[in-house]
Amino acid sequence: MKHETPKATRHVNQNEGLIFEKSSAGKAAWKLPPLDVPEVDPAKLLGAAQRKDLGNMPEVSEIEIIRHFTRLSTWNYAIDLGMYPLGSCTMKYNPRVNEAVARVEGIANGHPYQPEEISQGALKILQTLSECLIEITGMDAITMQPAAGAHGEMTGLLMVRAHHHAQGRPRKKVLIPDSAHGTNPATAAMVDYAVENLKSDSRGMVDIAALEAQMSEDVAALMLTNPNTLGVFEQEIHKIADILHAKGGLLYMDGANMNALVGKVRPGDFGVDLMHLNLHKTFSTPHGGGGPGSGPVAIKKKLEPFLPTPVLITKSNGTLGFDYHRPQSVGRVRAFYGNFGMFVRALAYIQANGPDGLRETTEDAVLNANYIRKGLEGTYDLPYSTPTMHEVVFSDKLQAKKGVRTMDIAKRLIDYGFHPYTTAFPLIVPGALMIEPTESESKEEMDLFIDAMKSIAAEVEEDPQTVLDAPHSTRVSRLDETAAARKPVLRWKPAV
Amino acid sequence: MRYLPKSPADREAMLKAIGLGSVNELFAPIPAEYRLNRDLKVPRQMAESEIVDYFRQRSRENGEGYTSFLGAGAYSHYRPVIIDSLISRGEFLTAYTPYQAEISQGTLQSIFEFQTMIGELTGMEVANASMYDGSTAAAEAVMMAVRLTGRRSVLVARSLHPEYREVLATYATHQGMPLSVAGFGDDGRLNLAELEKSITPATACLLIQSPNFLGAIEDVAAIAEIAHQHGAMLVVSIAEAVSLGVVEPPREADVIAMEAQSFGVPMGFGGPFCGVIATREKYVRQMPGRLVGQTVDKQGRRGFVLTLATREQHIRREKATSNICTNQALVALMVNIFMTVYGKVGLRELAKQNLAKTAYAAGQFAQHGKVLFAASPRFNEFVVETREDPYALNSRLLRHKLIGGLPLKTFYPELGNAALWCCTELTTRSAIDTAVGLVAEGENSARPARAEADVAEVTR
Repeated sequence: MKHETPKATRHVNQNEGLIFEKSSAGKAAWKLPPLDVPEVDPAKLLGAAQRKDLGNMPEVSEIEIIRHFTRLSTWNYAIDLGMYPLGSCTMKYNPRVNEAVARVEGIANGHPYQPEEISQGALKILQTLSECLIEITGMDAITMQPAAGAHGEMTGLLMVRAHHHAQGRPRKKVLIPDSAHGTNPATAAMVDYAVENLKSDSRGMVDIAALEAQMSEDVAALMLTNPNTLGVFEQEIHKIADILHAKGGLLYMDGANMNALVGKVRPGDFGVDLMHLNLHKTFSTPHGGGGPGSGPVAIKKKLEPFLPTPVLITKSNGTLGFDYHRPQSVGRVRAFYGNFGMFVRALAYIQANGPDGLRETTEDAVLNANYIRKGLEGTYDLPYSTPTMHEVVFSDKLQAKKGVRTMDIAKRLIDYGFHPYTTAFPLIVPGALMIEPTESESKEEMDLFIDAMKSIAAEVEEDPQTVLDAPHSTRVSRLDETAAARKPVLRWKPAV
Repeated sequence: MRYLPKSPADREAMLKAIGLGSVNELFAPIPAEYRLNRDLKVPRQMAESEIVDYFRQRSRENGEGYTSFLGAGAYSHYRPVIIDSLISRGEFLTAYTPYQAEISQGTLQSIFEFQTMIGELTGMEVANASMYDGSTAAAEAVMMAVRLTGRRSVLVARSLHPEYREVLATYATHQGMPLSVAGFGDDGRLNLAELEKSITPATACLLIQSPNFLGAIEDVAAIAEIAHQHGAMLVVSIAEAVSLGVVEPPREADVIAMEAQSFGVPMGFGGPFCGVIATREKYVRQMPGRLVGQTVDKQGRRGFVLTLATREQHIRREKATSNICTNQALVALMVNIFMTVYGKVGLRELAKQNLAKTAYAAGQFAQHGKVLFAASPRFNEFVVETREDPYALNSRLLRHKLIGGLPLKTFYPELGNAALWCCTELTTRSAIDTAVGLVAEGENSARPARAEADVAEVTR
């Protein structure tokens, strides 16, 4: 590369094949204790159901497994290595005490069906976290059962449906702004609602006049992300809520961007009827390469009868337990009680912060996004000049003149030691560069990022090909995704 | 706050660069009447040592030190130490979904290996990168069968995990998918005569579990034949993954929806777990969830990418196969490492130990209580019927730090005082003997009349 980057240095990393390519008969990484009961003959016990061969499962030793996965790990970028400016993903620091407490014996090994009298520890965690999240969102009740944000959306819309059904007026459609995440319309379809698009105005906010025109007694809810995916707070949120409520509709908030609000403003106070949270975004549980998530849904009182079963309650003797008898419930959305291990981590995060830390976190997240906006304004096109909250969206308009698009710039950022920002989203900004630094970045790290982005913009002018061919420093170059999709190879097979 | 990497001077300098006088000006877009001008009522900021103490205390209130005979969809197996060593590496723990393939090859290759091993173990051609859990995987597999067949009715085995059935019912509510239930016979397995009667030309699929909720291994070949004769698909749920080491996988199934928690994932009071869907290659375009595929880079080197994304919500929006976005990647990595550690030989030996413990326990229980469905092949769960009310029995066991089997009367009122017991390789002979001794005590003193009264209480 042309410029030496102060953020990253190239260094040797190890090649590593697939685990199956290291396997040979007789190697083993396991040892079972001797049986303390009589041996059995599987053929006798299972008859025709006995399995005789496990196919191409590997046979390797322990050191090989350690090296295999350690080598693989070094091919990943991670928050622990540096800034991860993915917009709407909230890639914040994942505190290690969260991991430690999730592994304490009674918490890690608790069985979901163990008697309630010896489950009070887990139930107390569930109750305390629920209370914290209700307070943070300004809502009245919560279900912790949904396993991820999209699952929370589904649970929320099921409650919306149940509410309208109870009112005796089932409705047909859900309004979704054109800036919304793809999960919103996909979820509406799963709950059998027709999706009606709602356009944004010139400031990137909900077009109030359009909303007024589209709102009818057929509209069950508006699914609104606030701040929206442009990082813009819906300043007329009270009008939006009023328009919906006047015709009996509900305001659903996608809480993906809650990191901009915690401790500063509460959705329950500005008219939201129900919302999901992503514990893996706002509340620091690790993304883990794509999960596990957790998507609790907080609701206003009027939706309480419809919560999924079971619901946590305090029993007459003062102990905690579950209530399974909820005649108006939407039912269960997952076996057991949700991704409990993520609740433990989220509560540890809230405890580490306290009210002051949570507020400061939000302030730093918004400060960081505005600092980056200031640093890159002029170098990259800013399609909406509306004030920025926790993320900022630029476009590749200036660079596109040289044939360089947002994905190319993103790939070049890798050579500078950063993970790319979110590309080509939200859909209302052609060639979007969506940047969310989170509160976890120091001024130094952000200065490096701003310098890298400026340097790339300069390269686009002087030598666009370098940017178009990026990344240059990774172990593999751009991969052929078309070939992968045309003739999918989805598993390893032994050579014949 | 210790997670925030800025000094007051940094904040000052940044505000100055932006041209603002105070942080509060950044929140000016929020209408003043909604701004929160007080502290949130959450616990005060705690030191790390206090947080650790808090959770240790909760752990002591949560069955720490008890020996359990519970299974029913969450199984206690030994977790090799290297699972946590490896998944704790920040490069796995703190990475995002591997959309940027060039700097995500670690996650991508490990998922490719996961898909391969799940394929090998289930006897299916392709597996996805994971689903939330076994219950939602089963519901999504059913919806997949509905799309593939163009039919809408769904037949569900009563011997499927009752909570999985509840989840499916929730998913099906607004999809116009009528559900009906096929019961089990005296052997604890799907009643084939009833199946023949219940299946219709509108049936999109039959959903069963094997080994089923009552521990019995279903005759999948016979069931598949009936389903296929009627043009319906067979979806098989596997809740106890370790069974795959010694039990023939349901190769005749069209879709397998699995819960892989048994492979190295802590029970963790019910989650996070690791669902997976596996199926035949020809159905892959109707499969929900992420998939990793092999390809090459510009220089022709092997690499891996997320593929067939046109099925997914971020591309197809309301026309996607599912709204699923996040999956269980880190949990799938635990599963992957577990499968690699035990491998071709170890998994079988592990499964055989489960079989041996269960055979011993069932034999002992049979001397004092009645072991139901004893004629059917089973893996590591079995149903014991006692004269004593199982809740009363379990209260006595708790005093000995033993957690007895799951009383079945809420889920299956017709089974009266029966309870579902589970043994794994971790269950010791002495724990089994103690539990059996306590059951025997009860059986010698219990009054049979109680059973009738308790059945009447059942409401679910």
